[in-house]
Amino acid sequence: MDDIANLKQTLSDSIAAAEDQAALEAVRVSALGKKGQVTQLMKGLGGMSPEERKTAGPALNALKDEIATLLDSRKQALESVEMDLRLATERVDVSLTPRPESEGFIHPVSQVIDEITAVFGDMGFSVAEGPDIEQDFYNFTALNIPPEHPARQMHDTFYLNDTGEGERMLLRTHTSPVQIRTMENNKPPYRIIAPGRTYRCDSDMTHTPMFHQVEGLVIDRDINMSHLKGCLQEFTRSFFDVADLNVRFRPSYFPFTEPSAELDIGCTRNGNSLTIGGDDWLEVLGCGMVHPKVLEYVGVDPNEWQGFAFGMGIDRIAMLKYGIPDLRAFFESDLRWLRHYGFSALDVPGLAGGLAR
Amino acid sequence: MKFPLSWLKQHIETDATLDQVVDTLTAVGLEVEEVTDRAKELAPFTVAHVIEAVQHPDADRLRVCTVDTGNGITQVVCGAPNARTGMKGVFADVGTTIPGNGMLLTAAKIRGVESKGMLCSEREMGLSDEHDGIIDLPEDSPIGAPFAKLAGLDDPIIELKITPNHQDALGVAGIARDLAAAGLGKVITPEVEVLPGAFESPIKIEMKLGDDVADACPYFVGRYVRGIKNGPSPKWLQDRLLAIGLRPISALVDMTNYITFDMGRPLHVFDADKVAGNIHLRLAKSGETIDALNDKSYDLDDQMTAVCDDNGVLGLGGVIGGVPSGCTEETTNVFIEAALFDPVRTATTGRKLQIDSDARYRFERGIDPAAVVSGMERATKLVLEICGGEASEITTAGAQPEWSKTVSFRPARMQTLGGLDTPAEQSISILESLGFGILENNGDTLEVSVPTWRMDVHGEADLVEEVARIVGYDAIPAIPLRNPAPVTRPAITPQRRRMVTAKRVLAARGMNEAVTWSFTQTPWAEMFGGGADALRLANPISSEIDIMRPSTLPNLIDAVKRNVDRGVGNVALFEVGNTYSGVKPDEQQVVAGGVRRGESGQKHWSQASREIDVFDAKADAMAVLTEIGAPTANLQTFVEAPDWYHPGRSGTLRLGPKNILAAFGELHPRILALMDVKGPLVGFEVFMDNLPKSKDKASHNRSALVVSDLPSVDRDFAFVVGSDVAAQDIVRAATGADKKLIADVSVFDVFEGAALGEDKKSIAVRVRLQPSDKTLTEDEIDAVADRVVSQVVKATGGALRG
Repeated sequence: MDDIANLKQTLSDSIAAAEDQAALEAVRVSALGKKGQVTQLMKGLGGMSPEERKTAGPALNALKDEIATLLDSRKQALESVEMDLRLATERVDVSLTPRPESEGFIHPVSQVIDEITAVFGDMGFSVAEGPDIEQDFYNFTALNIPPEHPARQMHDTFYLNDTGEGERMLLRTHTSPVQIRTMENNKPPYRIIAPGRTYRCDSDMTHTPMFHQVEGLVIDRDINMSHLKGCLQEFTRSFFDVADLNVRFRPSYFPFTEPSAELDIGCTRNGNSLTIGGDDWLEVLGCGMVHPKVLEYVGVDPNEWQGFAFGMGIDRIAMLKYGIPDLRAFFESDLRWLRHYGFSALDVPGLAGGLAR
Repeated sequence: MKFPLSWLKQHIETDATLDQVVDTLTAVGLEVEEVTDRAKELAPFTVAHVIEAVQHPDADRLRVCTVDTGNGITQVVCGAPNARTGMKGVFADVGTTIPGNGMLLTAAKIRGVESKGMLCSEREMGLSDEHDGIIDLPEDSPIGAPFAKLAGLDDPIIELKITPNHQDALGVAGIARDLAAAGLGKVITPEVEVLPGAFESPIKIEMKLGDDVADACPYFVGRYVRGIKNGPSPKWLQDRLLAIGLRPISALVDMTNYITFDMGRPLHVFDADKVAGNIHLRLAKSGETIDALNDKSYDLDDQMTAVCDDNGVLGLGGVIGGVPSGCTEETTNVFIEAALFDPVRTATTGRKLQIDSDARYRFERGIDPAAVVSGMERATKLVLEICGGEASEITTAGAQPEWSKTVSFRPARMQTLGGLDTPAEQSISILESLGFGILENNGDTLEVSVPTWRMDVHGEADLVEEVARIVGYDAIPAIPLRNPAPVTRPAITPQRRRMVTAKRVLAARGMNEAVTWSFTQTPWAEMFGGGADALRLANPISSEIDIMRPSTLPNLIDAVKRNVDRGVGNVALFEVGNTYSGVKPDEQQVVAGGVRRGESGQKHWSQASREIDVFDAKADAMAVLTEIGAPTANLQTFVEAPDWYHPGRSGTLRLGPKNILAAFGELHPRILALMDVKGPLVGFEVFMDNLPKSKDKASHNRSALVVSDLPSVDRDFAFVVGSDVAAQDIVRAATGADKKLIADVSVFDVFEGAALGEDKKSIAVRVRLQPSDKTLTEDEIDAVADRVVSQVVKATGGALRG
């Protein structure tokens, strides 16, 4: 038994003295390898009498386990030291900029269309579309705009070349023709918005030949001006994110609505700056109850169905909400502008998480 | 439409303040554009007495004035030559901003003499250009009195934006009627007096329009006034006109302008001695001209209504009069015209000749047909009052059109259409105060007559608006619209959602969204497969945007150029929008287009940047297609691409041989040169409408996940093939070698070199074998490998690289 105690002592000393992994491995082989000292002793068990084996067996097994444990803990200690040494040499300048990612931006017009869609979508509207190149009937006649109306003149409306085949086409001057196309192709009730591009022969500080509008149309059996007011009040409060936004209606005139109104929202003017919310007034859109003649044009019985329509400038409300000063810049594709006023691809408008962050 | 408050008060008796008037105007639908309150602006300026004006000790041109401001005595140094002892002038104290030059007055020493305040000239007051001296007020002007009141400038001027349906509000009298209906006061517009004629008019009127165009001028009323004396109009009349920005000319002209704005009734006065024979109405003849009162000459055509005498055209009906028959200081006999002219013809004439007159503005909106004679009577009365003379009997041609309209009105519609719980009695009283008549009252339904000045009223909805605007839209309660669905359903179609997704994918890939014109210029349209005459604008505002775009690319390329010109080297822009191949609705397509230029990233310490190439464009196109749900596994790359791409560095992605979902490539250097852009540029177009329609009710189920825990095996092969062989063909052939076992084939090396021989290249692929039921043996692997080689060799004519 002294042999075992001695061996244990010797091996323990060797393990403690091993300065690196290689030395430790050499100790392990000398002890527990095929020809190691402990292994040899274990082999000797076979030649012992059962009596001897009873005491020597457990003792040898205990020795083997102890040595293995010692080896293991020494190994971990050595590894830890080695790692510390290695880490001491591994240093970078973390003040350097990381690798660049190229970030692109969504144009304010697209973002605002998505916002508008989210709000009206929550009120049960769906999005309808119509062509940019329109017929006179959809853009004017069916909207109760008489042939001699000034808007039909060349100085307001873009016309396409008259090729002699079919009628002369025009570029829609508003999104209202989508009302007509929607009612022509579907049965009432209707509850749609129609955002899109619109065109007028106009180009100056505050007008561009192309701009964006969103049309709204609600036709049902029991819709009156109260609902028009309620719908647009809720929209403007949600869109502009001003819970107690002042909203007022003023009588106005559009050939395709009767009664007609313009909607003003509360604002605050301070020199050249304008913020939404406050006791001053700012005109944002035109609206009204759909004119019975318009319903008649599309074969919807005005004695049974009635409702409202509205039209709003998308670029304009984008400018108001986000404080964008110049309409013309919307269409100039200046990267500096797009990056400054644009929106992250991940910034998808939704009502649950807040319309705009 | 512009008028001073005092003018309005000639038609309405009211105690309302200016603010109340303004608020009520807006509330009844007469939108107030601007209120100019001169009394407020000029409040700091008061009458002062110059007690003494003495020579400045150190300046020849300056005087030192001791001034009694009514609020104390002060000293003012003044440079005006007319500053003198005893005069009354206009004084502004320290702290006042001078309207004429925006200067803030401060106490100062002028050449050593203290000066506190200023004596003002008309120019300094912003009243005129007069600056020869300070304002010299009458001696009896009360010291300390506000100057604005003294000068008659304390009359606020209200400017309205009148909607096209409210021609009745183009005269102050009509505006007063609306305000009175809204409860602001009582209408006091004087009754029109019928003046007897003393003799028969020597000038008669003849209609020579012809039956088919008789409506060009259905009614014409004239009156001769003899022995008048023209001259400057009285001050009250001049002040009225000056207040609304009209220049007083002479009593006769000013009188017609006054009635135009007072009653909304345009008139014309001829110098009767310059009229040859009778006056007749006809259409002008092509080739005729008129020297108009605006000092311009116009060529007429045969669609314009002409007021003529025996010598030719005197004036254009409803638009403008002519110089030769116009009134002058010497005029002694006049012929007054009051007529009705067709709105459409008047508008057309005015537009053709680009004449914007106050008369045209009113006639094209439709004049009250019952106010022709009353207009004449008002004019006669004013002429006689101001110019004297003797009036003839009225002479007429045509007749006042029979205009009467009855509209049925159910008072309950105030609630069911207008959202207002207005009682029937209130609706009736409002309608009556606006001039409507209640012909019948059946309880539920009223028969309502429409006044002649409201020709825009056609139906019940118009009457609802009439009552509602007087009650006030503020009284309409706001009731939120209920969403019929308990949980919000999708608002956009799957097709539209693809557009939204495409934009966000491309932005996430580092491209910036641009919104460019739907038009482009013809030469560019032609370069990008367009240019059809039918898509050209008939009236473009510029030749740079004169045709509908066939592609999103030319405008994007031009946008890249503008950014490059500003010094930005790396540009990545995209646009998801319409392109046009024809004028029909189904010839408008949605295309996601994008353009990149420069390097793959900005210069960075950790990595070298790389020039953008065709594969960036292909990746953009593939990313869009993947995200919008195109069956990308079935896509094939074709080398054929549109002409605007580099012929060797471009391609198309197709579903089957015909259906092109996207094109991509380096843009053709010749096109870039023509567009003056420094290349290279790469671009892509995803033709969103060519995708298979996404089903409205697609199943959201994914296919079951099949994975194997058995190890996969990779084998690499290099093939030497002809340089025109597409890598895609090698991949497809290899994949086909064992559809069950081969999970993936990817190209990992492409090599071209002289060692391979002329027109040869080497393409190396890694083939991944994924067993599903048992581990592969070497023999099985070799067998598949052999099949891969033989399939590729068969498909491409190449050989395994030795």
